Amino acid sequence: MMLTMVQAINQALFQEMEHDPRVVLLGEDVGLDGGVFRATDGLFQKFGGERVMDTPLAESGIIGAAIGMTALGLRPVAEIQFMGFIYPAFNQILSHAARLRNRTRGRFPVPLVIRTPYGAGVRALEHHSESTEALFCQIPGLTVVVPSAPAEAKGLLLAAIRADDPVLFLEPSRLYRAEKEEVPEPSAELPLRKARIVREGRDLTIVAWGAMIPAAMKAAEAAAGGGVSAEIVDLRTLSPFDEDAVLASVGKTGRALIVHEAPRNCGLGAELAAVIAEKALLSLEAPVLRITGPDITVPLGKSEDYYYVGFEQIARGIRRLMEF
Amino acid sequence: MLFERFDPLRGERLQILGEDGRVLGSDLEPALSADELRRIYTLMVLTRVADQKALKLQRQGRFGTFASSLGHEACQVGAAFGIRPDDWVFPYFRDMGLYLTIGFPLASYFHYWMGNEAGLVSPAGLNLFPLAITVAAQIPQAAGAGMAANYLKKKLAVLATFGDGATSEGDFHEGLNFAGVFKTPNVFVCYNNQWAISTPRSRQTASATMAQKASAYGFPGLLVDGNDVLAVYAAVREGLERARTGQGPSLIEAYTYRMGHHTTSDDAARYRDGAEVKVWEARDPLIRFRVYMKGKGVWDEAYEKSVAEKTAADVEAAVVEAEARPSAAPEEIFASTYKDMPPGLAAQLADLRDRLKEDGR
Repeated sequence: MMLTMVQAINQALFQEMEHDPRVVLLGEDVGLDGGVFRATDGLFQKFGGERVMDTPLAESGIIGAAIGMTALGLRPVAEIQFMGFIYPAFNQILSHAARLRNRTRGRFPVPLVIRTPYGAGVRALEHHSESTEALFCQIPGLTVVVPSAPAEAKGLLLAAIRADDPVLFLEPSRLYRAEKEEVPEPSAELPLRKARIVREGRDLTIVAWGAMIPAAMKAAEAAAGGGVSAEIVDLRTLSPFDEDAVLASVGKTGRALIVHEAPRNCGLGAELAAVIAEKALLSLEAPVLRITGPDITVPLGKSEDYYYVGFEQIARGIRRLMEF
Repeated sequence: MLFERFDPLRGERLQILGEDGRVLGSDLEPALSADELRRIYTLMVLTRVADQKALKLQRQGRFGTFASSLGHEACQVGAAFGIRPDDWVFPYFRDMGLYLTIGFPLASYFHYWMGNEAGLVSPAGLNLFPLAITVAAQIPQAAGAGMAANYLKKKLAVLATFGDGATSEGDFHEGLNFAGVFKTPNVFVCYNNQWAISTPRSRQTASATMAQKASAYGFPGLLVDGNDVLAVYAAVREGLERARTGQGPSLIEAYTYRMGHHTTSDDAARYRDGAEVKVWEARDPLIRFRVYMKGKGVWDEAYEKSVAEKTAADVEAAVVEAEARPSAAPEEIFASTYKDMPPGLAAQLADLRDRLKEDGR
């Protein structure tokens, strides 16, 4: 079936709720309204309000309650309406969800999924465009996943719901309805912690995720016209990330271009660059290059282009690396 | 029906035992057997003896920073005494009496405070969430457990405990609000001990009571004398029963006093008047309950001696057991981070192993 990413997410939730009665949904407007992006459309009607719970407007309460549900064996999928609203729940995520397994030596794992739309490029209101994945990648015990296409979103979300550890599932809002692709029904889960080679190439490796993947594809296609063969690694799971896949690709191509929409300072690109420097230095034909958002607050719509990483910047990065 | 009878907004407070140990209202007196009265008393004494031991061990460097339960024995034992095996408990960091009352091994409790998370692991079948160190986070968690109980159609109660400082946190509001909206089977018990480190109760809220806050969430609140174990027990028991029978959540404020420092790292003399502490010494929950038991004919000097000997022996045995438990191996800690250890973390573990080897450990 041809689906958009938001439809694929909806299908993943539907499929898993049919399959596993322990799966419950909670969040703001997830019920009758079906979520502000319609990710939970129809689930309230199908599974009822006891299982698709419209909550008070309280992010810490949502995540705290979801953690408590796991104690009784449920597998909650909590929606935070926008990533910009997740911060009141930071204590529940960092100090509780991510560390309860360790605090109880495995007696209380937290099989919780937190879904939230994130990222810029949709000319949204303030606080609706940030990419703060790196804040969460520093949390031991938390898994951070970002899909880059509809079928990916479905397979990865299924895996996230079935995982026995908490997963932050970041959904690039720019990609929600950007394209349709064939999504199998029912779908199999896709592995967490495994990167995906989106495009094979010989001359350089682009490491990216989420909404940067389509942009990187466009840049790679353009570069191919100039005789440059770019490989694209979609990280998929940002933490803990697939070091082997990154190193294998960079080892093959000898050049690494890291692309993220998030600001540069202490971004995940810094960690990727450090790992490449530590473990693949002698394979490199050029210094590792990062193309990222600048270290500014995401500007509102009219100035968003100052911030947003587009394919032209990635194309320029490819040229710089090849000309070194 | 205590919740209907005592309205915190009218300044009413549940007290069953007067400060001199006399029964104030015999119609309120819970029907407890001699054996149950003795169990309650033994648990309160055990809590006190274990607490004093913990403070000594801390001074000797054998314990980490520790939050004393001195003065909270009636709150903690009274709150937990009505808990049944199906119920769930979400406690906080000053809750030794609660832990002991629901059957958590003292050796494990010591083990945790000696510096090992493994001590938090509940024995199989004990529905006890690990104590919250971050203030109030357990309150929405307990509400969520209540929501899960509703979804699973389980007739059980979920108890959460916290101090007066917790009522200022957003999570207190969010948790109680969820509980009210979803009509969860929760009992929220606030041990109002007047102090959050150096911050007095008057700086936490301008409300006359903590109990009255419940009315804003759409469920009943009850103020009880927190040094009267019968009052705390009777109040929480009624809250638990309401919860198990689908009548929704309740909030109980147990009015008490933190007799000790906040923790072993604190010096309460810097910010509070010793005269205030003296006033509360006279309200010792153990003495009051002892007078009551004597009146019931279930306490005498010989019994006191046997309780003292038994609890002292239990505490000593727990110390020996806790100290004999092995330190956590690096593997145990690393392997408890995720269900499956990521390769990058496994490499870090190997690095740590190498370093320990070089250090001859």
